Amino acid sequence: MFNQIPFQDPVMFKNAFLSSPTAVGSYSPSAECINLKAKAGSYEEDPRKRTTDPIVTGTSVLAIKYEGGVMMAADTLASYGSLARYRNVQRIRTISNNTLIGAGGEYSDFQEIMLTLDDLVRQDENANDGHHLQPKEFFSYLTRVMYNRRNKFDPLFNQLVLAGVSKVRDPVAPNTSTTQVFLGQVDYNGTYFEDNTIATGYGAYIARPLLRKAYKPKMTEKEARDVLEDCMRVMYYRDARALNRVQFARVGVRREEGGSGELVLDIAEPIELKTEWRHTEKALGYPKPTDDSSG
Amino acid sequence: MASIGTGYDLSSTTYSPDGRIFQVEYAHKAVENSGTAIALRVKDGVVFAVEKIVVSKMLEPTSNRRIHTVDSHIGMAISGLVADGRQLVNRGRSEATQYRDFYGIPITGKVLAERISNFIQVYTLYGVVRPFGCAVLVGCVDKKGPQLYMVDPSGSCYGYYGCAIGKGTRAAKTELEKLDLANMTAREAVKQAARIIYSVHDDVKDKSFVLELSWVCEETKNLHQFVPDELKAAAEEEAKAAKDREESGGD
Repeated sequence: MFNQIPFQDPVMFKNAFLSSPTAVGSYSPSAECINLKAKAGSYEEDPRKRTTDPIVTGTSVLAIKYEGGVMMAADTLASYGSLARYRNVQRIRTISNNTLIGAGGEYSDFQEIMLTLDDLVRQDENANDGHHLQPKEFFSYLTRVMYNRRNKFDPLFNQLVLAGVSKVRDPVAPNTSTTQVFLGQVDYNGTYFEDNTIATGYGAYIARPLLRKAYKPKMTEKEARDVLEDCMRVMYYRDARALNRVQFARVGVRREEGGSGELVLDIAEPIELKTEWRHTEKALGYPKPTDDSSG
Repeated sequence: MASIGTGYDLSSTTYSPDGRIFQVEYAHKAVENSGTAIALRVKDGVVFAVEKIVVSKMLEPTSNRRIHTVDSHIGMAISGLVADGRQLVNRGRSEATQYRDFYGIPITGKVLAERISNFIQVYTLYGVVRPFGCAVLVGCVDKKGPQLYMVDPSGSCYGYYGCAIGKGTRAAKTELEKLDLANMTAREAVKQAARIIYSVHDDVKDKSFVLELSWVCEETKNLHQFVPDELKAAAEEEAKAAKDREESGGD
């Protein structure tokens, strides 16, 4: 339709533009805000046709890079408001053999995202062209999905953490490849960024400073795991919607001496974190009177 | 080809007096003139082998694939007009995706084969379109075990233990009937499939060919994949040796 309008005629172009359906809150060609009121019965207006509030939710996801890979952690809880309802859910999943995704927020939206990503991976494999989607590419796709849903006022209520490794051919020295490690997050607004440490939800306030302090380049896998475990414990102490049943996942390239490196991707079985709730001297900050029987 | 059906062969909407639809039969000819494709349904899986006739040395060997994956556990091998076959593969893929969306489980081989055959059959009803000039072999492993179906340009679909389509069909079928497919493993079937393709390949009429080998079996965790390079190389060597023996023995 736009092809038929003379390009030079701004008046005709504007009228044609305005008479075609446009999204709520969009811009006209002259940068005026138009369509500020949603049409009656549209999904923007009708709360039954879009996500308004998350119902069954997961809390924080933490992740930290180590040398050759990324370690991610999340608890296995999906809360129903203040009720700790589903206590054995998988909030970290694998997308392909070199990419992990962790999600906080609305669990049903995460399930939907997984179906979409599984379809994407299947299509990619069926193409059979020797190329496979890389972590950065999944990430890019997710940022577009999240942002576009937000623009329709029907967001996928998640904070997603994406981690993965890819072999990148060295342009200077052929036949050698380096491992590129990817870690990023994208949320329900479509805001995205990459970093060496990631923490979503309450973890952003509580765990992020701890992760940032502990992070150093070329950490070992064990160091990363210890940091994450400590942070998950703090999260359980401080986040009222957390659980002490957590899963650690890692994706990385394990490099043997002089070898090319073997790809490692696994999500461990959930473990229970040991916690200390007693009012010990360490916790109180002062010594407790010894003759007093109260703890 | 001599035109046997003069007058009754101009459109798929016309029957001949002896009840044939010539356009569909001509479509079968397109399949018969194309490189052979065979499939073997064995104890633990299905193996596909296609004789991909190479018309020019400039062609990159892995391009113009004749075997495709539908969903993740189903293989489709094409014989005939490859472009028509690609349409069928795409249709199969979208049927599989829709089925997954609707039922929440991967599509079964029988259902997919039936969907494809119904799709092909529609193109034999109207004069405004032409029938598909290709036949496909559909094989998978699902909860009923390994399955193999063949759908031809008329849209008829049958289940097979071993099937061949394309120019070497007659010779290939004879070879397949000699095999004990029910008790064979997929690994063994890969070697047999390669051997059969090499033996039915006509060196005189067609110059060189590229062998495409794929399988879906227990070893691949019921995913349809191309046979790994080492196994393929071993199978081809044995096939070439068997052909040489046959030729020198026959003289």
